[in-house]
Amino acid sequence: MAKFKKKAQVKQDIPTASMPDVVFMLLFFFMVTTELRVTAIEVQQRIPEATQLRKLMRKSLVMNLYIGEPRKTAQFGKEAKIQADDVFIEPKDIILWVSRQKDLLAENERDQLTVALKVDNEAKRGIIADVESELRKANARKILYTTLSKKEEIK
Amino acid sequence: MPRSTPEIPNASMADIAFLMLIFFLVTTTIANDRGLSIQLPPPPEKDVEIVKIQEHNMFKIQVNSSDALLVEGTPMADVAGLKDDIKVFITNRGRDPLSSESPEKAIVSYKADRGTTYRRFIQILDIIQGAYYDIYAEQAGVTNKKFREAASDLADPVNRQIYDKGRAGIPMQISIAEPTKIGN
Repeated sequence: MAKFKKKAQVKQDIPTASMPDVVFMLLFFFMVTTELRVTAIEVQQRIPEATQLRKLMRKSLVMNLYIGEPRKTAQFGKEAKIQADDVFIEPKDIILWVSRQKDLLAENERDQLTVALKVDNEAKRGIIADVESELRKANARKILYTTLSKKEEIK
Repeated sequence: MPRSTPEIPNASMADIAFLMLIFFLVTTTIANDRGLSIQLPPPPEKDVEIVKIQEHNMFKIQVNSSDALLVEGTPMADVAGLKDDIKVFITNRGRDPLSSESPEKAIVSYKADRGTTYRRFIQILDIIQGAYYDIYAEQAGVTNKKFREAASDLADPVNRQIYDKGRAGIPMQISIAEPTKIGN
């Protein structure tokens, strides 16, 4: 009786059954880390680099102020401006802005409000000092100068 | 005839997931809430008592409107040695009578001009804070990075312990003065 040699049946397909799972995992990662930008930033943002960074844990307690030269220089001029939410504000408006932000927080968390200053490299110290003195008056004294991480030089 | 069980076709699920993935990939901006953390002093009061600080307890750093650096009255072109100078100053503990008496009394005074660029301001502030964090980390017996991570999340008792051990007896006294108004 002749034996029929069976063809070697090596499966050559990559199993695709788990692909949706992989994709979903990636999807959830990006969904969690994503922060939909509500406000369009209208000032230049070339953020400086630093090494001694601290991380803020409670994102809900962070309020952003963007400072830099306006992107639309024809309309707003070249002088550095402060952007809060989606409007330009003057240093004198900061107290009002801070109290509005504090109203959004729970009462026991109001003193933990941190103001993250996202300032352009080429902005001058003067405007930042004005902002700081207003923040002191508004009693929002926790400040974070947002910076990017620079690799520490090897000694 | 057996009734066919209703099934949702799942061949296109991967496509849907891919579509959503690509949407989030494009719109994502990973939030950057890292930076140099400082605490501003309380607002100035009218009848405040002027406290005299002895000259030798103060480490003066000044930056002018053209970003030139003056450290303890001498111009400094290269910032490479500044961090070590600050560390030596803070941990002097009275050895050199012209330097600080103790870490509690040592103050690093940092004054910039209104015309100083933010890049320069951050560069110097980073060096000053780096000097303090290096000292803290050494005292707590961890690396600088580990110490800063611990300091960022004080809710954890282990981190709290590292933080308290590092900072014991050495408050971070960086005085950022109101800027001068020479250049703008």
